[in-house]
Amino acid sequence: MLSLIDIISAWTIPMLLLLIPLVGILKKVSVYESFVEGAKNGFHTAIRIIPYLVAMFIALKVFQESGAMDLLIRLIRPLTTKANIPEEVLPLALIRPLSGSGALAMLSNILETYGPDSLIGRLASTIQGSTETTFYVLTVYFGAIGIHKVRHSLLAGLIADLSGFLAAVYIVYRVFGNF
Amino acid sequence: MINIIWFLLLLLGISTAALRGEIHVVTQATMQGAEQGVTVAFGLIGIIAFWSGMMRVAEDAGLMQALAKLMRPIAKLLFPDIPNDHPAMSAVLVSMSANLLGLGNACTPLGLKAMEELQTLNHSDEQATDSMCTFIALTTSSLTLVPSTVIAFRFAQGSLDPTEIIGTTVIATFVSTIVALTADRLLRKFSH
Repeated sequence: MLSLIDIISAWTIPMLLLLIPLVGILKKVSVYESFVEGAKNGFHTAIRIIPYLVAMFIALKVFQESGAMDLLIRLIRPLTTKANIPEEVLPLALIRPLSGSGALAMLSNILETYGPDSLIGRLASTIQGSTETTFYVLTVYFGAIGIHKVRHSLLAGLIADLSGFLAAVYIVYRVFGNF
Repeated sequence: MINIIWFLLLLLGISTAALRGEIHVVTQATMQGAEQGVTVAFGLIGIIAFWSGMMRVAEDAGLMQALAKLMRPIAKLLFPDIPNDHPAMSAVLVSMSANLLGLGNACTPLGLKAMEELQTLNHSDEQATDSMCTFIALTTSSLTLVPSTVIAFRFAQGSLDPTEIIGTTVIATFVSTIVALTADRLLRKFSH
């Protein structure tokens, strides 16, 4: 299973890199100029998102480094213990929507402490895979086109993260463990 | 809403630091955050330029249009507002495919491309459209078939079976996608 996935993930990008220009050449597209034209656009996009990223990262860093994040975890803990959710994965679930690198660091830490094949390790892996860095996605995606009235998308994204988290806990217990 | 959350993060952070007598942490965190914003964007420049370039070639070669035609039934259901042959449709589909395949660093560039195409259909230059919100809902629900980053981490930590979490992840992510799409449809009416 792993080797198949390894092969697919190793080959996907090289194949795209070969096939897209190949079809272009066959259709008489000036592929080099096309690529540069598109890349130019991409460059401007990357620059355009900087102010949005700076704004979001400042708020997130202040919230995390000040200890407010830990406080929030401590406040929620009684609730999740009652719901039978292991408290080891709670920090991961809370940091996941806010910080991608933070969540990866936490996942790595959990896998190292409890082992990747433990129930906690499997649960943390599933949570990481089924949730998303919602704040980052919103900041970058809307920032790139200068939209600041994001309507209900933040709420919908956070609901998605919460449901992904709860679904992960339920399914991992059903598949790998017993209540 | 984003205004309130941004302010709340700052307010709660600064008051916590003040109450703990560690107010200097705030200044430090601000500097770090500002720097991180730029580092992240700079780290993305090359890869965004690369995928935007490739997508332009694919577009000029007619590949994007072919993909859009192929997936039209699902796409029409999710994004009724996007006209059939509009480039936004294929851009959205390509981005969703990258997410499904777990092509980690291709997701953001392709997602941004899709947002730019969606913006060409937007009559406002400050408010998000329904299609944008649906697209964001799909993206933030982390639709995936191959959680490649997690597998790599498990492998690195010496797991005996790094891929055993694919099944549970796909089910959990399916649940969160259904919930996200439902939330998107229900909340849409109240957020104009």
